[in-house]
Amino acid sequence: MTEPLPRPPKKDPQKRTMTPTSPPHARSRKGIVFSTFAAEGRLALQTCAACKHVIYPAREICPKCWSMDLQWQDIPDGGELIAETTLRTSVNTYFRERMPWRIGTVKLDAGPMVLAHIHGDVGEYERVKMIARTDKSGQGVLLALPEKETANMADDKQLRSLTCDPKHRRILVTDGRTELGQCTVDALVAAGASKIFVGIAEEWRPYPGSAELAKIPGVEIMPLDVTDTISVNELAGEIGGKTDILVNTAEHVRPGAAMQRHGILTARDEMETNYFGLMRLIQAFGPGMRGRGADGDNSACAWVNLLSVYALSNWPVYGTTTASQAAAYSLSQCLRGEFAGSGVKVVNVLFGPLEESWRQPLPPPKVTPKRLADTIVDALRQGIENVTLGPVAEDIVRRFKDDPFVLERELTQAQQGQAV
Amino acid sequence: MARKKFKRAGYAGVVVAAPVSVPYERFSPEPAHWWLARALSELGKRTGLSPEDIDGLCVSSFTLFPDTAAGITQHFGLTPRWLDHVPTGGASGVITLRRAARAVQSGDANIVACIAGDTNHVDSFRAMLTTFSRFSQDASYPYGSGGPNGSFSLMTSHHMKSCGTQREDFGKICVAQRVNALQYPDALMKSPLTLEQYMDARLIADPIVLFDCVMPCAGAEAYVVMREDDAQANNLPYANILSTIERHNAFPDDPVQIRGGWALDKDEFWSMAGVKPDQVDLLQTYDDYPVISVMQMEDLGFCEKGAASEFIQANTLTYDGTFPHNTSGGQLSVGQAGAAGGFLGLVEAIRQLTGEAGENAVPDARIAAVSGFGIINFDRGLCSGAALLERGKND
Amino acid sequence: MSKNNSNALAALATAMSSGDVETVDLTHTLDADFPVIVLPPEFGQCAPFRAEVVSRYDERGPGWYWQNISMCEHTGTHFDAPIHWISGKDLPNASVDAIPAGAFVRPVCVIDCSQECAQDEDFLLTPDFIQAWEKEHGQVPAGHWVLMRSDWSRRSGAAYLNMREDGAHSPGPSSDAVKFLVEERDIVGFGTETVGTDAGQAAHFSPPYPAHHLFHGAGKYGLQCLSNLDQLPPTGAILICPPLKIKNGSGSPLRVLALVDRSAA
Repeated sequence: MTEPLPRPPKKDPQKRTMTPTSPPHARSRKGIVFSTFAAEGRLALQTCAACKHVIYPAREICPKCWSMDLQWQDIPDGGELIAETTLRTSVNTYFRERMPWRIGTVKLDAGPMVLAHIHGDVGEYERVKMIARTDKSGQGVLLALPEKETANMADDKQLRSLTCDPKHRRILVTDGRTELGQCTVDALVAAGASKIFVGIAEEWRPYPGSAELAKIPGVEIMPLDVTDTISVNELAGEIGGKTDILVNTAEHVRPGAAMQRHGILTARDEMETNYFGLMRLIQAFGPGMRGRGADGDNSACAWVNLLSVYALSNWPVYGTTTASQAAAYSLSQCLRGEFAGSGVKVVNVLFGPLEESWRQPLPPPKVTPKRLADTIVDALRQGIENVTLGPVAEDIVRRFKDDPFVLERELTQAQQGQAV
Repeated sequence: MARKKFKRAGYAGVVVAAPVSVPYERFSPEPAHWWLARALSELGKRTGLSPEDIDGLCVSSFTLFPDTAAGITQHFGLTPRWLDHVPTGGASGVITLRRAARAVQSGDANIVACIAGDTNHVDSFRAMLTTFSRFSQDASYPYGSGGPNGSFSLMTSHHMKSCGTQREDFGKICVAQRVNALQYPDALMKSPLTLEQYMDARLIADPIVLFDCVMPCAGAEAYVVMREDDAQANNLPYANILSTIERHNAFPDDPVQIRGGWALDKDEFWSMAGVKPDQVDLLQTYDDYPVISVMQMEDLGFCEKGAASEFIQANTLTYDGTFPHNTSGGQLSVGQAGAAGGFLGLVEAIRQLTGEAGENAVPDARIAAVSGFGIINFDRGLCSGAALLERGKND
Repeated sequence: MSKNNSNALAALATAMSSGDVETVDLTHTLDADFPVIVLPPEFGQCAPFRAEVVSRYDERGPGWYWQNISMCEHTGTHFDAPIHWISGKDLPNASVDAIPAGAFVRPVCVIDCSQECAQDEDFLLTPDFIQAWEKEHGQVPAGHWVLMRSDWSRRSGAAYLNMREDGAHSPGPSSDAVKFLVEERDIVGFGTETVGTDAGQAAHFSPPYPAHHLFHGAGKYGLQCLSNLDQLPPTGAILICPPLKIKNGSGSPLRVLALVDRSAA
């Protein structure tokens, strides 16, 4: 029986903040492939293309037939708990601080035997549902859940160490002026966030939805302009120590390619918001979040970047904007490196064109702000780091993985406005 | 692949001698090289052999990095014509014996020194766990980092569920080994242990308790392998080798490890020696956890799988009991000095058979069985082996 | 050079030391929060003021503090040159670097519409209103600056630009008033407390943005985002408003000062 997570008490100002420690981080190269799938929330193992044997732990050769052709595939998530134990001590500091800890041997329906973390509601020798997620070291691990959802399941200590649940957390949404920002606020409130700081730039300019936003309980509207270093630093000085999750909804999007532009100012505005805005937020909020990765039940846990899928490969129809998104994407990778081991996950959501005024003439399918907001909350709840949202994004990512140079040609040779 | 049946060669004329145990220390600032050197130095003193006499070297160590056996040759002043580095952990005693015996038998070497040793710094155990094996790194260590405690507690609870072993059975093994250890001056554990203390002990990883776990330490063990006539000519008490077996990655499809390689090869083990289990005077099992000792008893044929509980309760396991087991106390009471833990049982068996055991001597010890088990790769031990030794014609 | 001129400056210096002549600052502090004019989104926008610290007694420069600043030529309290508007682009000396320096130090008339603007956000200064003011204070002399006091500088936040769905609502001169000041009075330049010399709804006037179109078309200058006009007398003060000497500049943020004689009873 999982007890519901109580609202965390106010932090004792006299107590030292716990320094984040990390579960074991080392993995072989094939182990890192497993982690990459886990970062997407996928349970994927190697399958021998020749004899179909499903293989674990990941390796270089099929142990049954010696084929070297091993393909990573999503596998059925059912299994049976064969043996279990509760660890009472550990040589690793992270686990030592979190005893007791339940682990067990699970026989997967797909074939292999695996060692896994076991959710508290799984009964002895029961059937389980496996998930693969990244832990606080950033590497992929397996956890066995009860086959059917149980009450307060998300509040289990071991499952919560893999997720970035918004419940009871304090969240900064960097731009609340837009429909996307406001939908994100709504979704986070519904997910049980205890406080949402909503950034509003240029308060002297009116925007739709401002009255409704101010009325939402738990919402505090804060001046924030990601293009202004002083503004970002001042806000971080005020709320940096209680920002558990940061969702960067600020964006500057304009259609047009480089030669179509007259002068660099629009491109500079795109960079100023999309890249330098992110940079300012990282410098101002990053260190505090990095230090609070183990700070209780409402520890800092996630940084959410919302990126056009064309950050992966430039789309000349929005040529300079997608170039700035590419810069932001690369910076988000840098951020992942800087947060490594701190317990804060960088969540990147890649999506195709948004249903929003600056993408208005683009054909469907487009992603609505509400759908994106719900996806953000879902990713946080599940602890997923890399999300690809919508058919356009899924298509682009698939082509990118297949061959990024072929995708580049497809995108740069398409006619204006034509769906790829 | 079709193959004609081939009779495995025995070990006639090849013997083991010179059991050396360097007293263990909980922590040592010295490197593994120092501990191996102590063992070799002792070997020299006991046998009168000098570097020139040793033309074969077999080394087993976890903490020798950046060296292997190759570097040791120059370091220790040896010029062997046969060299091996055996990385099989707790099975290293039996496996170094098998390697060295064939070298001597074929004439590739005359006298092989087998040495095992490891140091133990404050952080050694944790460091070893993090770099133990690729599969441990990818698929075991990330799950609570209990080290072998996690994997063996899973095996223990599985064995209890499948084979009916009770905590009292494991407790009896631990208690008897402690009795043995109190008669062995170099054991690190010095206080008696009762079954009550075992049953009430602190949980480490359910159901394993404190007394189920070995104490990692620094130490070294050694012995030599030579021809029988050389041993006699040099007045070295020795033991003959009746049979050996070795197996790796046995039963890979068993969901949880419940049996080891011995179960595959036990018939050959006894038939090659021409000996039955009830003729064995003492058994040394690799005891990183009591459940593994039980598994060895079952798989070698001392009792049926599933009947170990009755077997253990029906016997006294002390050095002077009905079924002497781990007569110096085993790793559980002596300490686990890394790879030397794989030699501990073999060296103690040679000691018993060559009349060099002290207060814990098994009366009339003639035949000893030695079993080894090692390298927990991810969720199971991969390496196993066993040897049957007989007291030599010592005068 | 006559003796009189040097005596005038010496007298000024004495009066400034004694406090008889006060230097009044008519400038808003230049910071990131000050509103800038907002144009339709498809057009290029006026950049807000930004300061990035280069070093502040730290590892980037242990003993000193300085900032790199960026802004538009029309950010904050600023000067408009004739070249800023299409109607003035071909005039001689139309950019800030070419304007004769004498234009930057001139007497100034301050026309107080603050009561009217308090009642009506879209108040327009008309020729009638100017002439009514002239009855009391005398005709506006040629070559003077004229400032429209609305007390709008006391507004802040959203109330300053006062933008609604149909655009901004703030006071300014009517098209006729601009023509009057150009053709009948030949002033040197016109200044306001709002974000532009034109009224908020001037896009709908004829011609659109008459203050910009007609003043700059006639080679006249503009000042915007002024403050403290309530500290100036209707006549008699000297306005000091030199913009940065930017090559081909259309304007610049600047410090606007007024010298006011306080000695009269």
